[in-house]
Amino acid sequence: MKIGVVVFPGSNCDHDALYVAGTVAGQEAVPLWHESAELQGCEAVIIPGGFSYGDYLRTGAIARFSPIMGAVQRFAASGGPVLGICNGFQILCETGLLPGALMRNAGLRFVCRPAYLRVESTSTPFTAACRIGQVLSIPVAHGEGNYVATPEALQEIERHGQVVFRYCNATGEVTAAANPNGSLHNIAGVCSEGRNVVGLMPHPERASELVLGSADGLQIFASLLAHCRVAVTL
Amino acid sequence: MTTSTAITPDVLARHGLTADEYRRICELLGREPNWTELGVFSVMWSEHCSYKSSRIHLKQLPTGGPQVLQGPGENAGIIDIGDGWACAFKIESHNHPSFVEPFQGAATGVGGILRDIFTMGARPVAIMDSLRFGPLRPDLDPSGQTSPETAARNHAILEGVVGGVAHYGNCFGVANLGGETAFDPCYSANPLLNAFALGIARQDALFFGKAEGVGNPVIYVGAKTGRDGIHGATMASEAFSEASEAKRPNVQVGDPFLEKLLLEACLEAMQTGAIAGIQDMGAAGLTSSGCEMGARAGTGIDLDLDRVPQRDQGMTAYEMLLSESQERMLLVAHQGREDEVYAVFRKWGLDAVQVGVVIAEPRFRVRHHGELMADIPNPALTDEAPRYDRPRRAPQRTLPLDPAPAWRGRKRDAAADLLALLGSPNLCSKAWVYEQYDTMVRTNTLAGPGGDAGVIRLKDTGRALAMALDGNGRYCQLDPRRGAQLAVAEAARKVACTGARPLAATNCLNFGNPEKPEVMWELAEAIAGIGEACRALDTPITGGNVSLYNETLGRGIQPTPVLGVVGLLERGRAPLAARFAAPGRAILVLSGSPASGEREFGSSEYVALLLGTLWGTPPALDLEREHGLHQVLEQAHAHAGLDSAHQVSSGGLAIALAECCLAQTVEQPEKAPLGLEVNLSDARDWELALFAEDASRVVVSCDPARVAEVTEAAQAAGLEAVHVGETRTHGFVIRHRGQVVVQLELEALAVAWRGGWA
Repeated sequence: MKIGVVVFPGSNCDHDALYVAGTVAGQEAVPLWHESAELQGCEAVIIPGGFSYGDYLRTGAIARFSPIMGAVQRFAASGGPVLGICNGFQILCETGLLPGALMRNAGLRFVCRPAYLRVESTSTPFTAACRIGQVLSIPVAHGEGNYVATPEALQEIERHGQVVFRYCNATGEVTAAANPNGSLHNIAGVCSEGRNVVGLMPHPERASELVLGSADGLQIFASLLAHCRVAVTL
Repeated sequence: MTTSTAITPDVLARHGLTADEYRRICELLGREPNWTELGVFSVMWSEHCSYKSSRIHLKQLPTGGPQVLQGPGENAGIIDIGDGWACAFKIESHNHPSFVEPFQGAATGVGGILRDIFTMGARPVAIMDSLRFGPLRPDLDPSGQTSPETAARNHAILEGVVGGVAHYGNCFGVANLGGETAFDPCYSANPLLNAFALGIARQDALFFGKAEGVGNPVIYVGAKTGRDGIHGATMASEAFSEASEAKRPNVQVGDPFLEKLLLEACLEAMQTGAIAGIQDMGAAGLTSSGCEMGARAGTGIDLDLDRVPQRDQGMTAYEMLLSESQERMLLVAHQGREDEVYAVFRKWGLDAVQVGVVIAEPRFRVRHHGELMADIPNPALTDEAPRYDRPRRAPQRTLPLDPAPAWRGRKRDAAADLLALLGSPNLCSKAWVYEQYDTMVRTNTLAGPGGDAGVIRLKDTGRALAMALDGNGRYCQLDPRRGAQLAVAEAARKVACTGARPLAATNCLNFGNPEKPEVMWELAEAIAGIGEACRALDTPITGGNVSLYNETLGRGIQPTPVLGVVGLLERGRAPLAARFAAPGRAILVLSGSPASGEREFGSSEYVALLLGTLWGTPPALDLEREHGLHQVLEQAHAHAGLDSAHQVSSGGLAIALAECCLAQTVEQPEKAPLGLEVNLSDARDWELALFAEDASRVVVSCDPARVAEVTEAAQAAGLEAVHVGETRTHGFVIRHRGQVVVQLELEALAVAWRGGWA
């Protein structure tokens, strides 16, 4: 299948997403330049990590107005699968495609280290090949990953099963110690009401080869392929 | 040309020039310089740009070898890493700015070294940093000289520097593989930030800082020029006083996003084939890039400052030439192909403007408002810059050679000493620092911070590069020559512990005021030591940087040369980790250099921290055996199936053993630490057996069935190999000649190791 990776001038995980989607998962992976409003017939879109336009104002605040995000919004509205990783998650929240917002980490510092995620929903294109309760080892690397939402919105998100990943410990327990950034309810990733748009702070593209310490992130890509009925074993 | 302001002794002093230097300028020009030219000379002849005190000594360093594609003199050194690929790397200091404004000083230090790498056509794929600060709490200074105010300021500098490195590197998108963080009272008002960067490029697509081709357009790209950082190079070439707070405007502000754009645009523009030469504008900005590019090509550059993109109004030629605004580059394009360059920079939203032309005369010419403001022969600014053989004198030794007999007066406990050392700021886990750095971006990191060396894979060739930094001010204070050799040896040993072969080195020489004969002697001795070690270990120096005048209120730093070594790991070999892999494996200690006696023990972390004193000499070093050790590690990793390798350094064998149990358990809490049971048959007293810092030692672990094989390989290289014990699932037991001297739970070790930052 053809997977597009959005490239803002300050994206710096674009190469990594293209490498996993292309070389590791063996699909056609193409960059989508921010000034273009054209998705080139992609069947799925990844918004990668980085600093979009520098993010000096507020992460993703400028990116939401870019031509490519207009195209992504139309694609998402038509049910197309969209994955936002780290800065991509922040941009999807700014764009309104995902609920909530991401604030400065509770510890006020950038944090980069391995984390554990518990899969909370398998009814999304990016977790279809996972099991509920499955624990994935996928690293985080962000300064603003503290997930927040109003109490009402949070209740709605939980009620609709829109929490896709929660930070947990190695055995799958959701604990305060396992939460790297202060996110409410240990939320690491959520999906849209339509479930086709998923955002998460951890970086599955950095955990898709055993030589890098974990291949659990490949589950996200395997799910997408399964969802799109691409026959391939990852 | 007009000469306005009179050039008085006071004016010269403010420009950091002596009366003799001024006379020399007049000779070289055949006339008096005007105000603008005086500014140009002052920065180009500053210690920072001219290396005037160190140059004659640096010439002794080995810089060549079959692996070296580009030695010192360019923006970065370049080595051959096989299959048509090259690696560019360098280390550089940003000490003075990091003291004046820690966050921005550190950030722009990282920005500067990254530009040095990508200006060669190499995409930066890894950075490391070597940091030194004063004590974070008064009680952590055994000398009792650190006041609560000083400790608080040290803490603020640490927070700022680490935050600045993180801010710049994380946004730019380059993996930080660690480095070192150390503390000593001498760094209280003289913190050190040495930033290392490494990039990779195709050998046939390298670029150099040369203004080739008369008539070719000179193009300015990147950020606009402002008044920031004027005279930064001069500031970095003088000692600090209480008035240094007023130097704040001399520090530049970094914009890593802009640098990311500059990186992408430069690499893309290079691919067009329209670029003839390129150089970043670092220290001394337009001036140094303009005259150095001309000097390297034997040409000149004629600059028109009216065309320079500016973000301040009414800037004079003097200000524009000396501005150190960040994220700027100067490039020379092939005539007629300028538009290809402009198109790329437009795509990335960056300024790209022709500001001059390459001329045949080897001169640096500058025009402003139609007037010729400077006209200087390039060699006068580069090769003809002063070189001093400054007076050198071995300092009067104030520290005793041998310990006072009472040093063991107090009854000590090995386990308590081990925990105290393990939890000390110099030896504890540095996760607090490196978790703030993005260590994984670009998915090449095979070994991040927390082990002996950082390792990145090369996706295109299947090989990997290992890199490590090392310095030790205390050793160099006691003996700068041997201390510097030990720094080279340790950096190379860290690389060798991954199973890689050390290939080449870069150095950052941090010293005090070279006008003091004792400091100059230390510098010359250290350079000589680096030369000897690099020759013996076959790791030529490909570049680096000298930072002098690390002195505040008359108090200088310990001589602190910091070495960076890069090595190559052959295809198909995963890097060895420092951490033990499994219980029930054999633990061996390989050693090459002579064991320390009491005299060498006086330079150890144990003596400094727990006895609060210092004596003697650094550990002895046998360079030939050290080299043999590196070769044995590479071979043993390839053929004998080692599980792990970790070098013994600060804190000695007991600390190294604890690190083998604990390494990387902070960031990977699911990996329970492994225990051990060892017996040291060392004839020395337990203090030395456990905590002496003998050089050329490595702790390895392997399948018990392969002990004989590893031992034979080591002995064939003239090394000692001792099978000291086994790894265990739990418990940490060290016997000394059969007597239990340390028996601890792993949890106690882990708590101590994590707790050093309180």
